[in-house]
Amino acid sequence: MNQNFSTHTKTLKLASWLGWKMESNWADWWIFAVYSVVRPLASSMILVVMYWVIAKSGNAQASGSYNLTFMYLGNAFFMFVGNVLYGVAWTIHEDREHYQMLKYIFISPAKMYFYLFGRGTAKLFITVFAVIATIAFGMLVLKIPIDLSAVNYPMLVLVTGIGLLGIAALGVILAAVSMVTAHHSFYLTEGVAGLFFLVSGAIFPIEVLPGWLQKISLINPLTYWIELARRYITGEKMCQVLSSISNLELFFILTLSTLILVYLSVIIYRFFEHLAVQRGLIDRLTNF
Amino acid sequence: MNHAIETLKLNRTFKIKKAKDKPAPSFITALEEVNLTINKGELFGLLGPNGAGKTTLIKILCTLLLPTSGTALVDGVDVVKNPALVRRRINMVSGGEHSGYGILNVRENLWMFSQFYGVPKKIAYERIDTLLKLFGLDEFAKTRIGKLSTGMRQKMNVIRGFVSDPEILFFDEPTLGLDVQIAREVRKYIANWVKNNSQKTVLLTTHYMAEADELCDRIAIIDHGKVIACDSPSNLKKLLRKETIVHIEINLTDENFEHFSQLPGVKKFALEHKHNIGRTELKFILENDSAISQVTQALSSNGSKIISLSKTDPSLEDVFVALVGRSLESEN
Repeated sequence: MNQNFSTHTKTLKLASWLGWKMESNWADWWIFAVYSVVRPLASSMILVVMYWVIAKSGNAQASGSYNLTFMYLGNAFFMFVGNVLYGVAWTIHEDREHYQMLKYIFISPAKMYFYLFGRGTAKLFITVFAVIATIAFGMLVLKIPIDLSAVNYPMLVLVTGIGLLGIAALGVILAAVSMVTAHHSFYLTEGVAGLFFLVSGAIFPIEVLPGWLQKISLINPLTYWIELARRYITGEKMCQVLSSISNLELFFILTLSTLILVYLSVIIYRFFEHLAVQRGLIDRLTNF
Repeated sequence: MNHAIETLKLNRTFKIKKAKDKPAPSFITALEEVNLTINKGELFGLLGPNGAGKTTLIKILCTLLLPTSGTALVDGVDVVKNPALVRRRINMVSGGEHSGYGILNVRENLWMFSQFYGVPKKIAYERIDTLLKLFGLDEFAKTRIGKLSTGMRQKMNVIRGFVSDPEILFFDEPTLGLDVQIAREVRKYIANWVKNNSQKTVLLTTHYMAEADELCDRIAIIDHGKVIACDSPSNLKKLLRKETIVHIEINLTDENFEHFSQLPGVKKFALEHKHNIGRTELKFILENDSAISQVTQALSSNGSKIISLSKTDPSLEDVFVALVGRSLESEN
C-alpha cells in the first residue's frame, strides 16, 4: 500500500518535471514567459473585439459590463480546459510516435494513469499564470469590474482545484482513447474542448442554447465549475439557469460530479489500456 | 527453483483487417506453441529472421502485449495476471530506433528512468556516472539527447536498461544500426554484466549470427513463430558435425538454383544474393566431401563462374540453413 502510494506520487512528480522540461525548455526563459502570457491574452482579445462589435451594433443582450464580465471570466477559466486536456491527452501520441518512449514508461513500475496526470500538470501551472495575467489585463485595461477585496480566495482555490481534477480526468479518458487510435487524438481533443466551450457556459449563456444542449450543459461538471469560479470572484450569480442554486449546492454538485468523472476515467483508462495491450498498440508507430 | 523465464504453449495471432475482396478477416500466427525455459544467470539468445516472432515474444514477456493463449512467467510471475509485479523485475532496450526525450540531457533522461524504477537517488547518480564512463558517454552527460548521434543515443538507451539494475533484461536487436566499434562495446558490457551477476538474466534477440554465437549461453532458433531448436551454440553446431559445409561464391546471377537441392549428396542448400559486391553466395550442407564435385560440376554446367569455394566448420548460420532450409541473411 505504502509502496504503491510512493510509486504513484513519484510518478506524478517525475511526469510533472518531464512535462515542465518539455514545455519550458524549447526557448530562453523570457521568450517562454512572454509566449505563455501573450498567447492567451491575444486569444482573449479576439473575443473582446467580437463582443465590442456586437455591442456597438446595438444588440442589447451583448451590451453592458455584466455580459463582458461573464464572457471574459468564462473564457479565462476555459483556458484550463483546452490546455490541460491537450497536455494530458496529447501525451500518448507524443510519447509513442515522436519520442518513442511510451513503451519504456509503460513497462516501468510507473503507473501510466498518474504519469498522464503528471504530464498535464506542467500545462496547468503555465495556464495558472496565463489565467491570472488575463484577468489582471481585463481589470486594468478593459475595466472588468472585479473587487479584489471581495473575492473569496480560499473557495476559489478549492473550486479551481476540484475543477482541474475533473479536467485532468477527462484528459485521461481522451488519452485512453488515443491509445487505440492512430493520429486522431489531436482532433479528438480539439473536438471535445470545442464541445465543452459550447456547453459549459464559458462564453455562451446556457439559457440561449437549445433545450437538448441545455440538458447536456447541466450534466457537465465544467458548467458548475465555471459558474462557481465566477461567483467566488465577483460575488454575483451570473448564470441565469443556475441562479436558483446556492453556492453550497453548486459546490456539492461539482464535487460529486468530479468524483464520478475521476472514477469513470479510471475504469475507461483500464479498459482502453487492456485493449491497447491486447492489440499490441502501445509501441505502434504510424508516422503521423 | 524459479526460472527467469518460462513459457508454456504460448500462442499469439494477429488479426489482419478484412480486405474488401475477401470474405473474412485473416490471421497471422506470430507465435505458435512456444515452450521455453530460461534459467537465472543465463544469457539467452533468440535467433531468427525478421518476422520470425522474436519481438512478439519479447513484447509479451515485457507486458507490452497479451498472448492469445498459453502461459508466460517472468521470475515466476504471470505476465497476464500480474503485470505490475513483472515490471518491477525487468527492463528492456530495443535497437534500431530513434527514441528519447530530445529536450532532456543524457544524465536527466537516465536519472528520470532510475526514479521511475525507484532506485535511491544517491545510488542512481553513482550508477549513472559509472555507466556513462564505462560507455564513454561521460563527456556528453549534459548534452541534450536531440543532439546525440544515433550510436550515442543507442548507447544511452543501453545504459537506461542497466540503470534500474533489473533481474531480467530484454534486448531486442540491441546492436541494430550501430557501427562495429560501438556494437562491440555494447556486446562486451552485456556479457560482463551477466558474468558478474550470477542471478541476472538477459534475453537477447538478434539476427546477427556472430552476435548470438559470441554472447549467448544458449540459443533458441525461431522461425515462423515456432522454436525449432534450443541449445548452446556449440551443441547446435554439433548437429552438423558429420556433414560437410561448403560455401561457394559465384558471379551475381538470377538463375534458378532450386534443382541443386536435388543433387546427390546435398542435404540442404541456401543462397544469398550480395548485390553490393556483385556476387551470389551458395551455402551447401553436404552428406560428405565426395558431394563437392557434384556441386561444382552442376555449377559449371549451369554457366556459373565460381569465384571462391571454401569448406568451413559449421556456424550457426549453417545450422539455420540445415534446420530451416534457407539462409537467415537472405531473409533479412
